[in-house]
Formats: sequence, C-alpha cells, structure tokens
Amino acid sequence: MSAENTTETTEIIHENTLYAEPVFHVGEFPITNSMLSAWLVVILVVVLALSLRKKIKLIPTGLQNILEVVFEAGFGIFDSVTGSRKKSMQFAPFVLAFFFFVLLNNWLGLLPGVGSIGQIVQSGHEKFFVPYLRGGTADLNTTLALATIAVVTSHVVGVVFVGWWKYLNKFINFKILLEIPKKIIKDPTILLVNPIKFFVGLIEIIGELAKIASLSFRLFGNIFAGEVLLASMSAILAFGLPVPFMFLEIIVGLIQALIFSILVLIYMSISTTAEEH
Amino acid sequence: MLAKALAIGLGSIGTGLGIGFIGAKAMEAIGRNPEASGKVLVPMLLACAFAEAIAIYALVIAFSIK
Repeated sequence: MSAENTTETTEIIHENTLYAEPVFHVGEFPITNSMLSAWLVVILVVVLALSLRKKIKLIPTGLQNILEVVFEAGFGIFDSVTGSRKKSMQFAPFVLAFFFFVLLNNWLGLLPGVGSIGQIVQSGHEKFFVPYLRGGTADLNTTLALATIAVVTSHVVGVVFVGWWKYLNKFINFKILLEIPKKIIKDPTILLVNPIKFFVGLIEIIGELAKIASLSFRLFGNIFAGEVLLASMSAILAFGLPVPFMFLEIIVGLIQALIFSILVLIYMSISTTAEEH
Repeated sequence: MLAKALAIGLGSIGTGLGIGFIGAKAMEAIGRNPEASGKVLVPMLLACAFAEAIAIYALVIAFSIK
C-alpha cells in the first residue's frame, strides 16, 4: 500500500482499495474497473473459443495442441474426483469454464498497465487515482458472484441427478422424522438418535452458506493480497525486486484457479451422490 | 495499526504450522514411495491452499481494519 500523506491537498492518493472503484457511470449504474477487466476476459474467451471452433482438426497444431494438453491433465484430475469418466464429461464444460475465466482474470491483473494506467478523480479536497483496469478476481463482488453461481448450480445439479425429495432430505430430513413411529417399538433409542440426525441436516444448510463464503474469500483474498504484495514490493525497490514475487503471483493465480474449479467439481459430485450412511 | 499487525500475526501462526505439517507429511510420503511424487504433489498443493486460505482470511481482516 502506497498511502500518501492525506493532509496535503495537492498530493494524488494512490492506494489499493479493498473495493473496485467506479470508472464511469451508465445512468445510475456504476461501471467499476474490475467489471471492465472481467468483460475483457469474457470477450477474450469468446473470441478464442469461436476462432478455435472453426479450426479444430484431428491432428492438432498450435493452440489446439496446448489446450488439448490442458484438457487431458484436467480430465485426469476430474476423474480422480468424480470417479467416472462419464460424470466428469458431464461436469467438465461448466468447471472448465470457471477454470479459464478465473485463470485469465488472475493473470490479467498481473499485466503491466493494469492498475497503473488510469484517471485522477477529485472528491472533496483529495485527488484519487482510479485505474481503468483492475484484476477481475481482485474484487469481492466478482468472486462472490462466481461462488454463488457455483453453489447454486451444484444444488440444481443435485436435484436433477438425485430427485428433489431425496435431495431435500439431505438438508431438512423429513424421512428420518417419519421413521420414528414405525420403528419405535423395535428400537426405542431411535427417539434420541433421529432428532439429532435431523439437526445435523439443518447444520448442513449453514455449511452451504459457508461454502459460498470460503470460496469467494479464498479467491479474492489471494489475488488481492498478491496485488498489495506487488505494490508494496515495488514501493520498496521498483527495479528487479518485484520479479520473483511476480513469478509467485503467476503460480498463485494458476493454483487458485485450479482450486476454485476443483472445489466446484467436488461440490457438484458430492451433491449428485445420494447419501447412504 | 497494532490491531492490523495482531490480526495477521496471530492468524498466520496456525497456518504456518499447518503448511509445515502438510509439507513434512508429503516429504515423508515421497520418501517412502518415490514413484508417487507426482500423485502426492497435486493433493498437497490443494491442502496447502486450504491451509493458506485461513491466513488469507486474516489478511483480509487486517486490510479491512481502519
């Protein structure tokens, strides 16, 4: 953080804020710099996909070759999570879309010019520097949206695969409450055990909210912390010192994208397997 | 300022221990079975990232304390 002296009015304040700053407004709706770079990534992915779609060949060359290596490795990991190639084929488009979006967003934030080219905004007595672009995943709104989409989709997929009655009983366990009168004569302890099981099901609902929180905060925290780290390293010595940290951030961006997509896959494969205790 | 330092400082104790244990166990596993190093690596990195995430939560808190 390179927080300048705030008392001086002529100084331009340039600090890494926790939130993305609005660059311009469309009507009342603020367009933030993170949103702009997220759209840039979307355009990039769409253009890449459309241009590659025409050129897919049996014997791959160039970019197709690289992507096939990525897909091979990805499917290897997916199979070890889902347990079957059929299931990973079904989930792969969704999960790989997350992977590429998050990966490109993480890496876009590291490009030179992102976060350093911008405009100066006057608010009150102070002048603020607002960059035009900021890594899309360095904004909590983006990661929260991604995590929400992922968790909601995992539930939808669960309902489709398992059936809504069975799926509902994972969380609000009516089945176990209805079991009590049937089995109470044979096994009186069920009066104690089954209500506990019912409450365990209710706790799972909180677990679902925790999933969203942990997914979004993990990604946001890692990428934002990386930006702050790079900024503070360049503030210490701008020549050469940030280079090893740049490498670190490239690896962190890759690992975080991998973890995000694998966790999405894990949530999906957990919700599609019927609970058998 | 002290609150920021305490938040990230205390928050990273557990994470440091956790990542240390993960690394130690992974090394042990590779030592027992060197051919499995490729298989150990990815789950180890995943576990490391989970442990690291806790420090990152502390870091986010440290940043958001004014």
